[in-house]
Amino acid sequence: MLELEYYLILSALLFTTGVIGVLVRRNAIIIFMCIELMLNAANLAFVAISRSLGQTEGQVFVFFVMTVAAAEVAIGLAIIVSVFKHRQTINVDEVNSLKG
Amino acid sequence: MEFTLKTLIFYGFALLTVASGIVVVTVRNIVHAAFSLMVTLFGVAGLYVFLQADFLAATQVIVYVGGILVLILFGVMMTSGRLEMRIHIERGQLLLGAVVAIALLMLLLAVIANTPQWKNVADDGTQLQPTTESIGTLILNGQFLLPFEVVSVLLLVALIGAALISRKEVRE
Repeated sequence: MLELEYYLILSALLFTTGVIGVLVRRNAIIIFMCIELMLNAANLAFVAISRSLGQTEGQVFVFFVMTVAAAEVAIGLAIIVSVFKHRQTINVDEVNSLKG
Repeated sequence: MEFTLKTLIFYGFALLTVASGIVVVTVRNIVHAAFSLMVTLFGVAGLYVFLQADFLAATQVIVYVGGILVLILFGVMMTSGRLEMRIHIERGQLLLGAVVAIALLMLLLAVIANTPQWKNVADDGTQLQPTTESIGTLILNGQFLLPFEVVSVLLLVALIGAALISRKEVRE
């Protein structure tokens, strides 16, 4: 029988992996993927707790998180593509001014 | 905790998920990172199945793998002149990032270990009903109707915004 703690520890590991990626990598798209990792870790914790409580409310929250993630990816990639058109780079250290 | 087939499968999925997550962070080629992210997303979907969230697992595969990942791959194709990139990270930054991440992990693990409600909540093996109906009832007939509408408007705004940002500028 699997306890809730195991899922939560897995979720914490996944979240920390995403945090490391956001802090260390400099490619904007990789940072994006790491944000997705973090969102997935939070979703996993939601589903695990929802399962252990025997309620489905937590799963509804996961739906909303997925929706926000989809919106975030659409907007973010549009911004990245448009930044790339202007600067020919998506290294976040080189894209450090708001003026085009 | 005895080693049954169930725990073995759980550890397999957990290892798959975390290992491919680490590959996403460390690999040089962006395309490889994207495909590794796909493995992570599939692993999480498998864990959802394991937690008897059947509808969510299907949605995870459809939305994340079928939608978001394809979008990210399009982004990779549209932005990279060269796929291989040198990872050069300043030492101080790497050290600081590692310290922050490890501190965060310790904090999370401490909270998990010290919250008594989360201890010994074992999966008693009862089969849940298929969750689709209760999720639908909660969203459309229950307390989540307003957030659902707000989120749908948010998606519409995001769609229009993405099209607006990435279109070609036409000067008159």
